[in-house]
Amino acid sequence: MALQSLDIQRRSATTTPSPDVRQTMPVAKLIDVSKCIGCKACQSACMEWNDVRDEIGTCVGVYDNPPNLSADSWTVMRFSEVEVEQGKLEWLIRKDGCMHCADPGCLKACPSPGAIIQYANGIVDFHEENCIGCGYCITGCPFNVPRISQKDNKAYKCTLCSDRVAVGMEPACIKACPTGALVFGSKDDMIHHAEGRITDLKERGYQNAGLYDPQGVGGTHVMYVLQHADKPELYHDLPKDPQISPLVSLWKGITKPLLSAGLGLAALVGFFHYVTVGPNEVKEEEAEHVEKEDI
Amino acid sequence: MASLAPTFGRGAMTNHWVDIKNANLVLIMGGNAAEAHPCGFKWVTEAKAHNKAKLVVVDPRFNRSAAVADYYAPIRTGTDIAFLGGLINYLLAHDKIQHEYVKKYTNATFLINGDYQFEEGLFSGYDAAKRSYDKSTWSYVIGADGFAEVDETLANPRCAFNLMKQHYARYTPDVVSNICGTPKEQFLKVCEMIAETSAPNKTMTIMYALGWTQHSVGSQMIRTAAMVQLLLGNVGMAGGGVNALRGHSNIQGLTDLGLLSNMLPGYLTLPGEKETDYPTFIEKRTPKALRPGQLNYWQNYPKFHVSLMKAWFGDAATQENNWAYDYLPKLDKVHDVLQVFEDMHNGKMNGYFCQGFNPLAAFPNKAKIGGALAKLKYLVIIDPLATETSEFWKNFGEYNDVDSSRIQTEVFRLPSSCFAEEDGALVNSSRWMQWHWKGAEPPGEAKGDPEIMAGIFSRLRDMYKKEGGAFPDPVLNLTWNYAIPDLPGPEELAREYNGKALADIADPKDATKVLVKAGQQLDSFALLQDNGSTASGCWIFTGAWTEKGNMMARRDNADPSGLGETLGWAFAWPANRRILYNRASCDPAGKPWDPKRSIIHWNGSKWVGFDVPDFKPDSAPDQGMEPFIMQPEGVARLFALDKMVEGPFPEHYEPFETPIGTNPLHPKVVSNPAARVFKGDLEQFGTAKDFPYAGTTYRLTEHFHYWTKHAVINSVLQPQQFVELGEELAKEKGIANGSMVTVRSNRGHIKAVAVVTKRLKALTVNGKTVHTVGIPIHWGFKGVAKNGYLANTLTPYVGDANTQTPEFKSFLVDIEKA
Repeated sequence: MALQSLDIQRRSATTTPSPDVRQTMPVAKLIDVSKCIGCKACQSACMEWNDVRDEIGTCVGVYDNPPNLSADSWTVMRFSEVEVEQGKLEWLIRKDGCMHCADPGCLKACPSPGAIIQYANGIVDFHEENCIGCGYCITGCPFNVPRISQKDNKAYKCTLCSDRVAVGMEPACIKACPTGALVFGSKDDMIHHAEGRITDLKERGYQNAGLYDPQGVGGTHVMYVLQHADKPELYHDLPKDPQISPLVSLWKGITKPLLSAGLGLAALVGFFHYVTVGPNEVKEEEAEHVEKEDI
Repeated sequence: MASLAPTFGRGAMTNHWVDIKNANLVLIMGGNAAEAHPCGFKWVTEAKAHNKAKLVVVDPRFNRSAAVADYYAPIRTGTDIAFLGGLINYLLAHDKIQHEYVKKYTNATFLINGDYQFEEGLFSGYDAAKRSYDKSTWSYVIGADGFAEVDETLANPRCAFNLMKQHYARYTPDVVSNICGTPKEQFLKVCEMIAETSAPNKTMTIMYALGWTQHSVGSQMIRTAAMVQLLLGNVGMAGGGVNALRGHSNIQGLTDLGLLSNMLPGYLTLPGEKETDYPTFIEKRTPKALRPGQLNYWQNYPKFHVSLMKAWFGDAATQENNWAYDYLPKLDKVHDVLQVFEDMHNGKMNGYFCQGFNPLAAFPNKAKIGGALAKLKYLVIIDPLATETSEFWKNFGEYNDVDSSRIQTEVFRLPSSCFAEEDGALVNSSRWMQWHWKGAEPPGEAKGDPEIMAGIFSRLRDMYKKEGGAFPDPVLNLTWNYAIPDLPGPEELAREYNGKALADIADPKDATKVLVKAGQQLDSFALLQDNGSTASGCWIFTGAWTEKGNMMARRDNADPSGLGETLGWAFAWPANRRILYNRASCDPAGKPWDPKRSIIHWNGSKWVGFDVPDFKPDSAPDQGMEPFIMQPEGVARLFALDKMVEGPFPEHYEPFETPIGTNPLHPKVVSNPAARVFKGDLEQFGTAKDFPYAGTTYRLTEHFHYWTKHAVINSVLQPQQFVELGEELAKEKGIANGSMVTVRSNRGHIKAVAVVTKRLKALTVNGKTVHTVGIPIHWGFKGVAKNGYLANTLTPYVGDANTQTPEFKSFLVDIEKA
């Protein structure tokens, strides 16, 4: 077993099989937008637990602050003023961040082995030590979540507090939420919990209340209860039917096998070069030169 | 507090945070609980989740509470009495009151003095020159037996009920809509939802905060709400009540301990300068029962007062010297903060101690406050933070443009610890005294407040000892028995305010039995004596630290009732009662109005239940004792007698700066006729001609007052000062979202980012369009957030007529592109 205590299910750009003896329960965070008061306790807890501090910015004409996700802000509140019914204002407040897709576009797009991990419980995590800063994960993400840090040129996003979950704790944002708008547990339990909430919302007149668990990305391990599930775009452009960008399919579907074939060909040629010509030998002065450069 | 005590008997939240979950309807008005009390707001979500409760929000802004409400209605700032008065009218007109409750538990049936009247906006007894009332006609008809006369049939036109009905008959839905700007159908919808809770098995809770207190008629707004709850039978009930959400973790403790200038601990009061005679002083404060068979608990006033004096002055307080009565200062007038700064501004003060207080930021008309501080010889700041007040003399460019060379005030800054760096108790809104333990040591040279105060005190006392003085006795004789005199421990202080027996206390029923031995901690304020044999620093806190130890440190959250009555969690004053006036949760026969909300009941021989009865435990229902035991008449007051400065019934008066320039109910009396306005401040009020928009200040959930702009995370979450305005006004003034604007009042200006929003709508008031400009308060020129203007540069220097809480919520401004 590796050092982490969560089982890995998939790793970016890696084909070796993952251990799958342990039966792991898929987890989910449920964000009940109808209970959210936008207090940003979750943002605060996220900064505290993960030791990230965004800059003290400016007001850009809305309550949203920081105004966007960044390498230092892994979750932000999105405030939307909408009038679904004429004259009936609603202030929809959605906690934005990584959705932890079952079929993660970021992971698929990532060319760096082991930079993006999917654990058996569904959490999609970035291992920055393996990140090469190419930004393909951004292209791959249908929710526009990952951000490249200006400090170290590596990609960052919500980890769903994989370090806390690994030792049986809930993510920091869940612990901080004062109204129970954020809950965490097995995905099954969260779906069950959402059903109760949806019934309640329907009784209160929200006929289109529903669960957001988009199947285009295989479902997500962060789900929303929405008052207007028929119109997710009301919630600061939450995509109605998110799909992984065709560019990723292109890269994984056609380009990658071709490139892999190319790599294989190069290896084959190398092998023949070795058996027919012999090994490449490094001359002494060349080796010395390399050592000096290392210093 | 100044309205709940006259109405119910005690100045505190009637219920408690957890109990909000028991409500069927939650009304948030005069507050914004989701924004300002997000943790407490969880109990609203519990009520919605488990009780199918509805949440109604009435506010000038569609705020964070409104975001999760079932129904929202807008209202013009400062007009809540009109709204609630209209609600009273609606409840009476539609017969949506709980009749038996109103008849038995309120003073509805009491006959009122024949000379009492209300005409053209004024109650009887007004003296225009003094701006105050002779309140003698605001009284009951007292019969030959010395008791107030009542008419159980409610037929007498002079009973409080009929006078109330007549008073609010003027508040028709059209009148309400015209004053408040609330569309009529929305007003009626709110009335309809609230009226449903008149059923005995339905309750509404009202949650309010500074949105009611910070008006020139703030106390009366709260009183109107209290009257509504009485008519609906919602006081004393689980899930009911009038619930004051305190804006600061220990502000309930502040009033409990009497830190207001005219108060002593436990809601006892200081004498006035004319009260030189002790027996007269004590007699005036010791009421006689106004109805037969009533408990009239304040009849014990002398016991509380004498025990306090014994706690303070020990052996120096004796029967012979009237328990050191001469040691108490005698007030010429109330020295509230506005009065103090008025005096300072007039050059009548040399020095000022500012402990945990940032008046330059927190009080109205910053220019006046800064000018006043500049007239001091010295200013002492005791605070964990480098406050704006501590650097009022320093030039911070546009944010504090002063000429330092012209200010001679010497400022001493004594860094103190913050709450998380000390052990002790806080009293929350629920009246729970919760002990807490320090999480860290204070940084650097910071010391706890008791240590700082003790250090100053012992030096002063030494000077009195050596040099004498005009009257050294109170200082030299003050009890100071702490193990380390310069470092009173929180446990020592807690034991002291709880109180102890100074001599053996005998059982009044059996003199051979000793209830408490000399030196023992007291369990209950019922043991306090007026003969000097007990000491208690704050009688309402008795029971908090008994012989069993620290009751405030208890953490048993067992809740056998399922109603959140966790009697083993901390200690709630008084006597660990969780829901005040809980006798009123039962019908006159002692049976709960609603069996599902049974908190206490009469079991045939005594009162028992899940809560500590707020009642004489063995008084049988047929003995006729009524539930509001702190009142001499035993019932709650719809008619407030002479307890309120501006009238026994709340009346709508406009804010001192009104956008409509008149009062549609009585144009001759526009604003609160009994509010105190200092000369010079009157001239600084603006009019709608120059300042056409209704300005209102408020808090944001990301920040706490002026503290958290010193903290990085809070500043990241809300970095820069902004003001809010509606889309219509922005269009009219050509203001783009996110651009800089200037907001002016007649007292100054601020610059901030404009947040243009749909959440602030123009209202039609008295035929005029009224726009609201919303002004969050949290910025200043100290801390790590972006520097900003102190919002109180704009606000007017006038307060509520009863409490002098400044009118931060309603004033006039103009706004333009910066």
